[in-house]
Amino acid sequence: MTGFVVLAVTLAAGTLGGFLLRARAGAFRGRDGAMDLGEPLGERATLVQFSTAFCQPCRATRRVLAEVAGMVPGVRHVEIDAESRLDLVRAHDVMRTPTVFVLDKDGTIVKKASGQPRKADVIAALALAVDSRSQQSDGM
Amino acid sequence: MQVDPRGPRFGAAVTTLVLATVLATGATWLLALQAIVFAFGAFGHPPYGLFFKRFVRPRLGPPQELEDSRPPRFAQGVGILFAVVGLIGFSLGIIPLALGATAAALLAAFLNAAFGFCLGCDMYLLIRRLQPGRNYS
Repeated sequence: MTGFVVLAVTLAAGTLGGFLLRARAGAFRGRDGAMDLGEPLGERATLVQFSTAFCQPCRATRRVLAEVAGMVPGVRHVEIDAESRLDLVRAHDVMRTPTVFVLDKDGTIVKKASGQPRKADVIAALALAVDSRSQQSDGM
Repeated sequence: MQVDPRGPRFGAAVTTLVLATVLATGATWLLALQAIVFAFGAFGHPPYGLFFKRFVRPRLGPPQELEDSRPPRFAQGVGILFAVVGLIGFSLGIIPLALGATAAALLAAFLNAAFGFCLGCDMYLLIRRLQPGRNYS
Protein backbone atom coordinates (compact mmCIF):
# COMPACT_ATOMS: atom_id res chain seq x y z
CA MET A 1 0.00 0.00 0.00
CA THR A 2 2.76 2.44 1.03
CA GLY A 3 4.58 1.40 -2.15
CA PHE A 4 1.63 2.52 -4.28
CA VAL A 5 1.57 5.92 -2.57
CA VAL A 6 5.34 6.34 -3.05
CA LEU A 7 4.94 5.32 -6.71
CA ALA A 8 2.15 7.84 -7.31
CA VAL A 9 4.00 10.66 -5.54
CA THR A 10 7.24 9.90 -7.42
CA LEU A 11 5.56 9.92 -10.82
CA ALA A 12 3.64 13.11 -9.99
CA ALA A 13 6.82 14.82 -8.75
CA GLY A 14 8.68 13.58 -11.83
CA THR A 15 6.07 14.97 -14.20
CA LEU A 16 5.97 18.33 -12.45
CA GLY A 17 9.75 18.47 -12.07
CA GLY A 18 10.25 17.48 -15.69
CA PHE A 19 8.12 20.33 -16.99
CA LEU A 20 9.85 22.78 -14.62
CA LEU A 21 13.30 21.57 -15.65
CA ARG A 22 12.34 21.79 -19.29
CA ALA A 23 11.09 25.35 -18.88
CA ARG A 24 14.24 26.44 -17.05
CA ALA A 25 16.84 24.54 -19.06
CA GLY A 26 18.97 26.81 -21.17
CA ALA A 27 17.15 30.01 -20.19
CA PHE A 28 19.48 32.95 -19.70
CA ARG A 29 19.30 34.74 -16.37
CA GLY A 30 20.99 37.90 -15.17
CA ARG A 31 24.17 37.38 -13.21
CA ASP A 32 26.72 39.68 -11.58
CA GLY A 33 30.46 39.43 -11.17
CA ALA A 34 33.47 38.97 -13.39
CA MET A 35 35.14 35.79 -14.55
CA ASP A 36 38.89 35.42 -14.65
CA LEU A 37 39.31 32.76 -17.30
CA GLY A 38 43.06 32.99 -17.64
CA GLU A 39 42.48 32.91 -21.37
CA PRO A 40 42.16 35.61 -23.98
CA LEU A 41 38.64 37.00 -24.27
CA GLY A 42 36.78 37.84 -27.44
CA GLU A 43 37.17 41.42 -28.65
CA ARG A 44 33.52 42.19 -28.10
CA ALA A 45 32.15 39.29 -26.07
CA THR A 46 32.94 35.75 -24.97
CA LEU A 47 30.70 32.68 -24.74
CA VAL A 48 32.02 30.47 -21.95
CA GLN A 49 30.75 26.89 -21.89
CA PHE A 50 31.37 24.52 -18.98
CA SER A 51 31.29 20.86 -20.00
CA THR A 52 32.06 17.43 -18.59
CA ALA A 53 32.68 14.06 -20.16
CA PHE A 54 29.35 12.77 -18.80
CA CYS A 55 27.15 15.36 -20.42
CA GLN A 56 24.73 14.59 -23.21
CA PRO A 57 23.69 18.09 -24.34
CA CYS A 58 27.24 19.51 -24.27
CA ARG A 59 27.98 18.53 -27.84
CA ALA A 60 24.87 20.17 -29.26
CA THR A 61 25.58 23.26 -27.13
CA ARG A 62 29.14 23.41 -28.49
CA ARG A 63 27.73 23.37 -32.01
CA VAL A 64 25.26 26.20 -31.31
CA LEU A 65 27.83 28.42 -29.57
CA ALA A 66 30.52 27.82 -32.19
CA GLU A 67 28.02 28.68 -34.89
CA VAL A 68 27.00 31.92 -33.19
CA ALA A 69 30.64 32.85 -32.46
CA GLY A 70 31.42 32.27 -36.11
CA MET A 71 28.50 34.44 -37.16
CA VAL A 72 29.21 37.49 -34.99
CA PRO A 73 32.65 39.08 -35.41
CA GLY A 74 34.69 39.68 -32.25
CA VAL A 75 32.93 36.94 -30.31
CA ARG A 76 34.91 34.02 -28.96
CA HIS A 77 33.61 30.63 -27.80
CA VAL A 78 35.63 29.09 -24.96
CA GLU A 79 34.79 25.59 -23.73
CA ILE A 80 36.06 24.68 -20.27
CA ASP A 81 36.32 21.18 -18.83
CA ALA A 82 34.50 21.77 -15.53
CA GLU A 83 36.62 19.16 -13.76
CA SER A 84 39.85 20.98 -14.53
CA ARG A 85 38.54 24.33 -13.29
CA LEU A 86 36.64 23.48 -10.12
CA ASP A 87 37.66 26.90 -8.78
CA LEU A 88 35.52 28.59 -11.44
CA VAL A 89 32.78 25.98 -11.02
CA ARG A 90 32.48 26.77 -7.32
CA ALA A 91 32.94 30.52 -7.63
CA HIS A 92 30.23 30.87 -10.25
CA ASP A 93 27.76 28.23 -9.00
CA VAL A 94 27.98 25.85 -11.91
CA MET A 95 25.71 22.97 -10.85
CA ARG A 96 25.03 21.25 -14.17
CA THR A 97 26.64 20.94 -17.54
CA PRO A 98 26.40 22.55 -19.92
CA THR A 99 26.38 25.93 -18.21
CA VAL A 100 26.93 28.91 -20.46
CA PHE A 101 28.12 32.37 -19.40
CA VAL A 102 28.01 35.38 -21.67
CA LEU A 103 30.85 37.78 -20.85
CA ASP A 104 31.31 41.27 -22.21
CA LYS A 105 34.69 42.36 -23.56
CA ASP A 106 36.09 43.03 -20.07
CA GLY A 107 35.09 39.63 -18.72
CA THR A 108 32.10 40.93 -16.77
CA ILE A 109 29.33 38.35 -16.60
CA VAL A 110 26.18 39.49 -18.36
CA LYS A 111 24.08 36.30 -18.46
CA LYS A 112 24.15 32.70 -17.32
CA ALA A 113 22.19 29.69 -18.53
CA SER A 114 22.31 26.12 -17.25
CA GLY A 115 21.22 23.47 -19.71
CA GLN A 116 21.33 23.60 -23.47
CA PRO A 117 20.40 27.10 -24.66
CA ARG A 118 18.50 27.81 -27.84
CA LYS A 119 20.34 29.66 -30.56
CA ALA A 120 17.95 32.63 -30.55
CA ASP A 121 18.47 33.05 -26.78
CA VAL A 122 22.25 32.97 -27.20
CA ILE A 123 22.04 35.70 -29.84
CA ALA A 124 19.76 37.82 -27.63
CA ALA A 125 22.07 37.47 -24.63
CA LEU A 126 25.06 38.24 -26.79
CA ALA A 127 23.44 41.39 -28.12
CA LEU A 128 23.02 42.51 -24.52
CA ALA A 129 26.71 41.87 -23.75
CA VAL A 130 27.90 43.79 -26.79
CA ASP A 131 25.33 46.52 -26.23
CA SER A 132 26.02 47.13 -22.52
CA ARG A 133 29.54 48.20 -23.37
CA SER A 134 28.64 50.56 -26.16
CA GLN A 135 26.00 52.22 -23.98
CA GLN A 136 28.47 52.73 -21.20
CA SER A 137 31.09 54.25 -23.47
CA ASP A 138 28.42 56.45 -25.06
CA GLY A 139 27.60 57.82 -21.64
CA MET A 140 31.18 58.72 -20.86
CA MET B 1 32.08 4.99 -28.44
CA GLN B 2 28.93 6.35 -30.05
CA VAL B 3 25.42 5.03 -29.52
CA ASP B 4 21.95 5.60 -30.93
CA PRO B 5 20.46 8.00 -28.30
CA ARG B 6 17.09 6.22 -28.58
CA GLY B 7 18.70 3.09 -27.07
CA PRO B 8 19.37 4.56 -23.59
CA ARG B 9 16.01 6.33 -23.74
CA PHE B 10 14.25 3.04 -24.46
CA GLY B 11 16.25 1.47 -21.62
CA ALA B 12 15.10 4.23 -19.27
CA ALA B 13 11.47 3.55 -20.21
CA VAL B 14 11.83 -0.17 -19.42
CA THR B 15 13.68 0.71 -16.19
CA THR B 16 10.79 3.02 -15.25
CA LEU B 17 8.29 0.17 -15.70
CA VAL B 18 10.44 -2.28 -13.74
CA LEU B 19 11.05 0.10 -10.81
CA ALA B 20 7.38 1.12 -10.74
CA THR B 21 6.50 -2.58 -10.47
CA VAL B 22 9.01 -2.98 -7.62
CA LEU B 23 7.33 -0.13 -5.72
CA ALA B 24 3.82 -1.42 -6.40
CA THR B 25 4.51 -5.05 -5.48
CA GLY B 26 7.54 -4.87 -3.19
CA ALA B 27 9.18 -7.54 -5.36
CA THR B 28 12.74 -7.53 -4.04
CA TRP B 29 13.91 -10.08 -6.64
CA LEU B 30 12.89 -7.67 -9.41
CA LEU B 31 14.98 -4.89 -7.86
CA ALA B 32 17.90 -7.34 -7.65
CA LEU B 33 17.41 -8.11 -11.34
CA GLN B 34 17.39 -4.40 -12.15
CA ALA B 35 20.61 -3.94 -10.15
CA ILE B 36 22.23 -6.60 -12.36
CA VAL B 37 20.89 -4.84 -15.46
CA PHE B 38 22.41 -1.55 -14.19
CA ALA B 39 25.74 -3.34 -13.66
CA PHE B 40 25.79 -4.68 -17.22
CA GLY B 41 24.92 -1.19 -18.47
CA ALA B 42 27.71 0.41 -16.47
CA PHE B 43 30.18 -1.94 -18.13
CA GLY B 44 28.86 -1.09 -21.59
CA HIS B 45 26.50 -4.03 -22.22
CA PRO B 46 23.03 -2.67 -21.41
CA PRO B 47 20.56 -5.59 -21.70
CA TYR B 48 17.61 -3.32 -22.58
CA GLY B 49 19.89 -1.66 -25.11
CA LEU B 50 20.61 -5.00 -26.75
CA PHE B 51 16.88 -5.69 -26.94
CA PHE B 52 16.41 -2.25 -28.52
CA LYS B 53 19.16 -2.89 -31.04
CA ARG B 54 17.81 -6.26 -32.09
CA PHE B 55 14.03 -5.82 -32.01
CA VAL B 56 13.14 -2.11 -31.92
CA ARG B 57 15.75 -0.25 -33.92
CA PRO B 58 15.23 -2.26 -37.16
CA ARG B 59 11.64 -0.98 -37.20
CA LEU B 60 12.64 2.65 -36.60
CA GLY B 61 15.27 3.31 -39.21
CA PRO B 62 18.63 4.98 -38.65
CA PRO B 63 19.03 7.66 -35.96
CA GLN B 64 19.41 11.33 -36.89
CA GLU B 65 22.62 11.52 -34.91
CA LEU B 66 24.71 9.46 -32.56
CA GLU B 67 25.84 10.39 -29.09
CA ASP B 68 28.63 9.60 -26.66
CA SER B 69 28.03 6.39 -24.73
CA ARG B 70 29.82 7.60 -21.57
CA PRO B 71 26.99 9.67 -20.02
CA PRO B 72 24.39 6.85 -20.07
CA ARG B 73 27.01 4.39 -18.83
CA PHE B 74 27.88 6.64 -15.91
CA ALA B 75 24.19 7.06 -15.10
CA GLN B 76 23.78 3.25 -15.02
CA GLY B 77 26.58 3.21 -12.43
CA VAL B 78 24.68 5.71 -10.30
CA GLY B 79 21.66 3.44 -10.73
CA ILE B 80 23.54 0.48 -9.19
CA LEU B 81 24.19 2.57 -6.09
CA PHE B 82 20.49 3.32 -5.56
CA ALA B 83 19.41 -0.25 -6.37
CA VAL B 84 21.90 -1.67 -3.87
CA VAL B 85 20.77 0.74 -1.15
CA GLY B 86 17.17 -0.27 -1.93
CA LEU B 87 18.07 -3.96 -1.68
CA ILE B 88 19.80 -3.40 1.66
CA GLY B 89 16.66 -1.61 2.86
CA PHE B 90 14.37 -4.47 1.78
CA SER B 91 16.59 -7.21 3.21
CA LEU B 92 17.04 -5.48 6.58
CA GLY B 93 13.37 -4.54 6.73
CA ILE B 94 14.13 -0.80 6.68
CA ILE B 95 11.21 -0.06 4.39
CA PRO B 96 11.56 3.76 4.19
CA LEU B 97 15.15 3.28 2.97
CA ALA B 98 14.06 0.63 0.47
CA LEU B 99 11.20 2.70 -0.93
CA GLY B 100 13.21 5.95 -0.87
CA ALA B 101 16.14 4.56 -2.83
CA THR B 102 13.87 2.80 -5.32
CA ALA B 103 11.83 5.98 -5.75
CA ALA B 104 15.00 8.01 -6.41
CA ALA B 105 16.10 5.57 -9.11
CA LEU B 106 12.58 5.59 -10.56
CA LEU B 107 12.55 9.40 -10.65
CA ALA B 108 15.84 9.48 -12.58
CA ALA B 109 14.67 6.80 -15.03
CA PHE B 110 11.31 8.51 -15.54
CA LEU B 111 12.85 11.95 -16.19
CA ASN B 112 15.19 10.36 -18.70
CA ALA B 113 12.46 8.38 -20.46
CA ALA B 114 9.79 11.09 -20.53
CA PHE B 115 11.85 14.30 -20.79
CA GLY B 116 15.34 13.28 -21.88
CA PHE B 117 17.03 14.60 -18.74
CA CYS B 118 19.93 12.60 -17.34
CA LEU B 119 19.90 13.08 -13.57
CA GLY B 120 22.59 10.45 -13.13
CA CYS B 121 24.84 12.40 -15.50
CA ASP B 122 24.30 15.60 -13.51
CA MET B 123 25.42 13.77 -10.37
CA TYR B 124 28.92 13.63 -11.79
CA LEU B 125 29.73 17.33 -11.47
CA LEU B 126 27.90 17.60 -8.14
CA ILE B 127 30.09 14.82 -6.72
CA ARG B 128 33.26 16.34 -8.19
CA ARG B 129 32.34 19.72 -6.70
CA LEU B 130 32.34 18.21 -3.21
CA GLN B 131 35.83 16.82 -3.58
CA PRO B 132 38.75 18.98 -2.48
CA GLY B 133 39.85 21.35 -5.19
CA ARG B 134 42.21 19.88 -7.67
CA ASN B 135 43.00 22.12 -10.58
CA TYR B 136 44.90 21.26 -13.66
CA SER B 137 45.09 24.77 -14.97
